[in-house]
Amino acid sequence: MALSKIDVANMLTGLVPNDNTIRRPNAKPIIINGDMAIAQRGTSATGKTSSGYYTCDRIQFVANDAGTHTVIQETSTSGNAYINGFAEAYRIDCTTADASVAADSALFIKYKVEGRDAQVFKKGTSNAEKFTLAFWVKSNKTGTGQVNLRDEVNTRQCSATYTISSANTWEHKICNFAADTTGALPSTNAEGFGIEWYLAAGSNYTSGTAPTAWEAISNADSAASLNLAISGSTDNDFSLTGVQLEVGEYSSTTLPPFQFESFEDSLNRCLRYFYHRGGISRLGFASATANTSTACLGVHFFPVIMRATPSQAQSASTGFYITGGTQNQTAQSALFGTEGISKYGVTLNATGSSLNVGYGYWLNAVDSTAYMQWSAEL
Amino acid sequence: MITSARYKNNLLGEKSSIEAVINDKTWIVPLDEENADYQAILQWVAEGNTIAEAD
Repeated sequence: MALSKIDVANMLTGLVPNDNTIRRPNAKPIIINGDMAIAQRGTSATGKTSSGYYTCDRIQFVANDAGTHTVIQETSTSGNAYINGFAEAYRIDCTTADASVAADSALFIKYKVEGRDAQVFKKGTSNAEKFTLAFWVKSNKTGTGQVNLRDEVNTRQCSATYTISSANTWEHKICNFAADTTGALPSTNAEGFGIEWYLAAGSNYTSGTAPTAWEAISNADSAASLNLAISGSTDNDFSLTGVQLEVGEYSSTTLPPFQFESFEDSLNRCLRYFYHRGGISRLGFASATANTSTACLGVHFFPVIMRATPSQAQSASTGFYITGGTQNQTAQSALFGTEGISKYGVTLNATGSSLNVGYGYWLNAVDSTAYMQWSAEL
Repeated sequence: MITSARYKNNLLGEKSSIEAVINDKTWIVPLDEENADYQAILQWVAEGNTIAEAD
């Protein structure tokens, strides 16, 4: 077994190496982009009323008829999170309030752990591990928040609560979750389990009791201890960063330090799930060959192998040139690849006119507003 | 939220993907059950919606 750290100081003194380090089975943090530094989709998304991935990579905004919100990659230059290394955060601002959330409505933030990355918890085995979730939080609201681990594969969940004590102040929270010897997680590229920070919820989610032990999923328990109601007023906001998930049980005095990754490493891990290419005038997307006088095909390889075959989006179809020889024409239709997209790459299919069959062309961006995106999120 | 979905054909005329408007943005979604958007479209169909045939 490879060692991730050699505790030279304790070897010399004969002390037992720090348990905080030897319990970490991963060289990299389980949570990808826990410091919210990567935001390929942009730094602000307004008017959000439905679920989706906005701003910070890997972080899902989940909303169902619970007000309207702006999702922001918040940047800080002061505060307790900042002085602990977190210059960015995932922030939700309520812009249209829903003071009386319908019974079946909810608002929460979700992070989905891929099944392969979840194996370290040995869930569903006799050696199942406890979970410790740590994070920095800030809100104008004080009160009790509820965060859940949710295993959709085996329809099980477990909860923890935390208290926001001071308004508009970064606070560090540590939540412990029980081990679960029931319900193994498949070691696949599908969702293993999710982490859900409830922010507002109707009575269908609040009428039960927050489970501190793993139980069969009961929606009534999902926000039973929540009293933040972030969607209840346009004064409300909620910020989250420094998300850290550890194997085992830790307290504020034993929690291992947050594993900061380089921006490059973090971005490369995010690219498994989402890839944005754009923002540069004349940026190339593929070298292509005209197979007819009106169409040319070119392969674009993704920078990393994606989790699964991705969905693809792009800016307006008029945002792309087909360039070759003395020709430089605007692509007449989208570059959307329908010819063999996979987790490895895509064949882009551009439509033009008077193309020279067999000649090479260059598919490129008209200006810095042109982009293409591929999503293989969980 | 999905507001529309239409099959797209490849150069051989085979159904190869779905052009769907999801959260007000157009996506080309592969017919791959590992893809979360395709899973969402299948759920959308299960709720009574229909994927339009390719043009």
